[in-house]
Amino acid sequence: MRASLLGVMLLLSAYAAAVIETYEFSTPALEARYQLLSEELRCPKCQNQNIADSNAPISQDLRRLLHQQLEAGASDEEILEFMVARYGEFVRYRPAFNAVTAVLWLAPLLLLLAGVAGLLLILRGRRQGGGSLTADDEAQLAALLKNSEKDA
Amino acid sequence: MAPRLKLFLPLVIFVVLAGFLYRGLSLDPMELPSALIDKPLPAFSLTALADGRALTRDDVIGEPALFNVWATWCISCRAEHPYLQRLADTGIPIYGINYKDEDQAARRWLQELGDPYRANIVDREGSLGVDLGVYGAPETYLVDADGVIRYRHVGVIDDRVWRDTLEPLWREVLAMAQEP
Repeated sequence: MRASLLGVMLLLSAYAAAVIETYEFSTPALEARYQLLSEELRCPKCQNQNIADSNAPISQDLRRLLHQQLEAGASDEEILEFMVARYGEFVRYRPAFNAVTAVLWLAPLLLLLAGVAGLLLILRGRRQGGGSLTADDEAQLAALLKNSEKDA
Repeated sequence: MAPRLKLFLPLVIFVVLAGFLYRGLSLDPMELPSALIDKPLPAFSLTALADGRALTRDDVIGEPALFNVWATWCISCRAEHPYLQRLADTGIPIYGINYKDEDQAARRWLQELGDPYRANIVDREGSLGVDLGVYGAPETYLVDADGVIRYRHVGVIDDRVWRDTLEPLWREVLAMAQEP
C-alpha cells in the first residue's frame, strides 16, 4: 500500500516537473502580451514549435527573458528586435519584410498568379480549340466516311 | 509542333521537382544561419572556470581564436573533445564557454579528459549563450583578431568539418591578423 502510494506520488512529481513554468505578471495586459509573443516566437532548437509550447532549455531561457523584458517595460518591437538580433528572422513566425524574406512573403502570391494565368490559358485553349479542321483534313475525313459507308 | 512539346510538360515538371527534392536530401534543416556573423563578439562580465577570476570580452580578444560552447551534459561535446585537444596541440587558441553547467562537474571533466582551452568562461545562466544566439551545444565560433565573429559551426567539429570549412577560414583570419 505504502509502496503504491509512493509510486503514485513519484508519478505525480514527474508530471509536475514536466509542466512549463508559470510567471507572475504585474498587470493582466502584460500577461496577454506574454501569451501573444511567446506564441509568435519560434524555438530555435526545435523545428516547428513556438517557445510557448516547447520545453527545450533554450525556450525556457527565452521565456524567462521575455518575462523579464515585459516587466522592464520593453515594447513588443524592442523585444522582437532583441530576439532577431540574436537568432535571426528564423525566430519569428511572421518575419519582417525585407530583401532576405521577400521571396518567402511573395512566393505564395506569385504562385497563385501563375496558377490563375495557367488556368485562363487552358480554358481559352479549350473554348477555341473545338473542331477547326483544315481543308485537307475535311477531304480526308470525307474520303474515310465514304469508304466506311461502302464497307457497311 | 507546339502540341507535341506540350506532352513533355509533365516530364519537365517531374525533373524540376526531382531536382529540388534531391537537393533537399543533402540540406540540413536544423542548420540556422547565425545572426551574428560579421558582428562583434558580445560584451560579457563572467568568471573563469579555473579560478573564479573575472573575465570580460577584452580578456579574450586580440588574436584570432575559436570559442567553443560546451557542457558536461552535452554528449556530443564528449565526442568532440579529443579533436579540440588536437587543434589546441597545434597551437590554435580555443576559449571554452561552459554553457549552463555545474562548475564542479566541468572541472572534473577537464581533469579527466584534458583541457584544450585557454580559459573557460562560466555561463551558468546561459546569458552569453543567448547574446551569441546559441541554441544547443556544441557550437563553435571563429572570432578574428578584432573580436568580430566570422563563422559559427553548430555541432561536433571533426576532421572533415575542420578541413573543409573551418581551416580555410582560419587561415584567412590569420593572414588578416598578420597584415599591418
